[in-house]
Amino acid sequence: MKYLIKNGKVVDPSIGLNKELDILIEDGMITEISDSIEDNRADKVYDVKGCIVAPGFVDLHAHLREPGGERAETIETGAMSAMNGGFTHICAMPNTSPCMDNAAIISLVLDKAKTAGYAEVLPVGAVSKKREGKELASIGEMVQKGIVGVSDDGYPVATSDLVKKALEYCILFDIPLMEHAEDLTLTKKAVMNEGFYSTKLGLKGMPSIAEDIIVARDIIVNSYVKGWLHIQHLSTEYSLNLVREAKNRGERVTCEVTPHHLFLNDSYLDFFDTNYIMKPPLRSEKDRLALIEGIKDGTIDAIATDHAPHPNEHKNCEIDIAAFGIIGFETAIPVIFDLLYHKHGVSIERIIELMSINPAKIVKLEEGRIMEGKKADLTVVHPDKEVTVNPKYFKSKARNTPFKGLKLKGSPVLSVLRERVVECKVGD
Amino acid sequence: MKKFKHKHLLGIEPLSKEDITQILDTAKIFKGICKGTNKKFPALKGKLILNLFMENSTRTRSSFEIAEKRLGADTLNFSASASSLSKGESFYDTIKTLESMEPHIVVIRHSSPGSSRFLADNIDASVVNAGDGAHEHPTQALLDAYTIREALGTLEGLNIVIAGDIKHSRVVRSNIWLLKKMGNNVTLSGPPTLIPVDVDKLGVNVDYNFDNAIKDADAVMMLRIQRERMVESFFPSLQEFNMLYGLTRKRMKSLKEGAIVMHPGPINRGVEINSEVADSKRSVILEQVSNGIYVRMAVLFLLAGGQINEISN
Repeated sequence: MKYLIKNGKVVDPSIGLNKELDILIEDGMITEISDSIEDNRADKVYDVKGCIVAPGFVDLHAHLREPGGERAETIETGAMSAMNGGFTHICAMPNTSPCMDNAAIISLVLDKAKTAGYAEVLPVGAVSKKREGKELASIGEMVQKGIVGVSDDGYPVATSDLVKKALEYCILFDIPLMEHAEDLTLTKKAVMNEGFYSTKLGLKGMPSIAEDIIVARDIIVNSYVKGWLHIQHLSTEYSLNLVREAKNRGERVTCEVTPHHLFLNDSYLDFFDTNYIMKPPLRSEKDRLALIEGIKDGTIDAIATDHAPHPNEHKNCEIDIAAFGIIGFETAIPVIFDLLYHKHGVSIERIIELMSINPAKIVKLEEGRIMEGKKADLTVVHPDKEVTVNPKYFKSKARNTPFKGLKLKGSPVLSVLRERVVECKVGD
Repeated sequence: MKKFKHKHLLGIEPLSKEDITQILDTAKIFKGICKGTNKKFPALKGKLILNLFMENSTRTRSSFEIAEKRLGADTLNFSASASSLSKGESFYDTIKTLESMEPHIVVIRHSSPGSSRFLADNIDASVVNAGDGAHEHPTQALLDAYTIREALGTLEGLNIVIAGDIKHSRVVRSNIWLLKKMGNNVTLSGPPTLIPVDVDKLGVNVDYNFDNAIKDADAVMMLRIQRERMVESFFPSLQEFNMLYGLTRKRMKSLKEGAIVMHPGPINRGVEINSEVADSKRSVILEQVSNGIYVRMAVLFLLAGGQINEISN
């Protein structure tokens, strides 16, 4: 098959590209990029005038639920959902059942992803066996299979000792320790951010310091061992400042934030809707605004969805027993473009850095993906197209999203990975 | 008098000053009727009221039952231990089962904040929140208000102190909404571990020093202390709690003349309130219990669409 993607504005800040160009794709490879390519050279032509054509978006944080949680999502539906939302590469977190803590399960996940043939799945292995925080998992064996990082996902790395050893050991493979920063002693049975709204609603609060304490601990250890620490779903102003200071000292610390922590705050809990509960919890407006500053000043490296599908019955219940997390692949682009590009004036280039270039660097995809001779790996976004989010179009099995019915400016148009071209649709 | 504006009573927060006054005035009429020879006023004859109690409660449930019976309603008690809930049925499925019984009103007590709203969103009936976790307990605040208004002759411009376990109390949250809407000064007192963050943003004062807090009080509302809070290290011992925040005889003596002492019950003698105080003339604790019936009659009557002139005629 030959595809022609024409009239789009091709933007790849990693190679300083920002120009209206046509791209010809033959058998999954980019064969020509030029000012004008004739329609008759392709079997199918996509005229994407007004759209941005970027190197494929990379999501550093997703839960695909397979093996063990197939009622919520499978690797196939997750990878389809990702491409429908504009992502070509997604990191699969290890909190499956059994957990992704050995080479055999990593192989299983990669095989399933290959068979599915949608977005490329980049597995993240557990730090410790069974994520129990005791012994290191077989990190080296998992690296051989293709993991791009380690995380005890859903839990923080249990002890300072294990953080130290994991950071040290990962130096060998040059992969990040991806930390879920939550001091569990401060979040027992808690539902939402501790603050005015938890007080008003009578819900048990998770204080922001539960995150900050673990971030501080890890930064201290990381600066000592000179490893690579990556903070997942960073959500507080204080943690952001800790990361900023570490970066200023030249330490290797990277971080991601989610679209929902940028777009929402804890006041949305006011009606006890379980689609607003997740970990870390939606924080205060002050934290949210600080994160947007972190986007602008470059402290934040990446936007990651923390796509967390759940079956309906785990959300359609009392709020204090509901499952944490929301789906994110199919709402990320509308939410981010509406909020950052339209409301906060963040440049298209910076958004592409956050959603494609930087996360690609973290998982070691090669730079300059939009070049002749490279495999096709593109995300096409219409930055000005309004969309009313409608989960009926979602390819995810799950429907747990707080963005349903929201009118947002910015929409994914096409995801292209090798020979697979997905026409994205996430709303009307 | 107008029809009541709300379909449900999920909390005090959504109510206006007028709504609150309407409930209290209706309760006053019911009290008048019930003090007479005919204690029944069968305005809800033929209506089915379900009492869905998914957390232990004897007092609140009994009070609702009496109110329902005096209004002539058919009532059914559905308690968690006797139900299929212990067999793992979801709350949603329980609600749908109850809906098939076609109740007019469901009274719910549940340990989870927001559960009464969840019920209201999923059932075709009026819902009365009889306590949802630490969120709200609106009929308690209404009966407290009724009792204050009756004892002090007003429900405006008063200094009201609420003391003890503020953090875990639904009674406090409903009372704050109500007392502030009616124009009173509310001061909360308790150990800092039991004062939730940013509570002052609800428009109340916080004074950790209980002796200081009660100096100008017109009413002091004590809250029940649960022993498990001690195990969770919110404070070291019941004796120490009593020393710092118990309403003792000495503290009662420091109150202004005419100031009243309240408690939503059940009381822990010697912990948050000492016997001499609970049994004193200042205590209106038992009046709170009896007023609870009239206030709940008023709430059920108004939610069923009743109008006050039907009663007075």
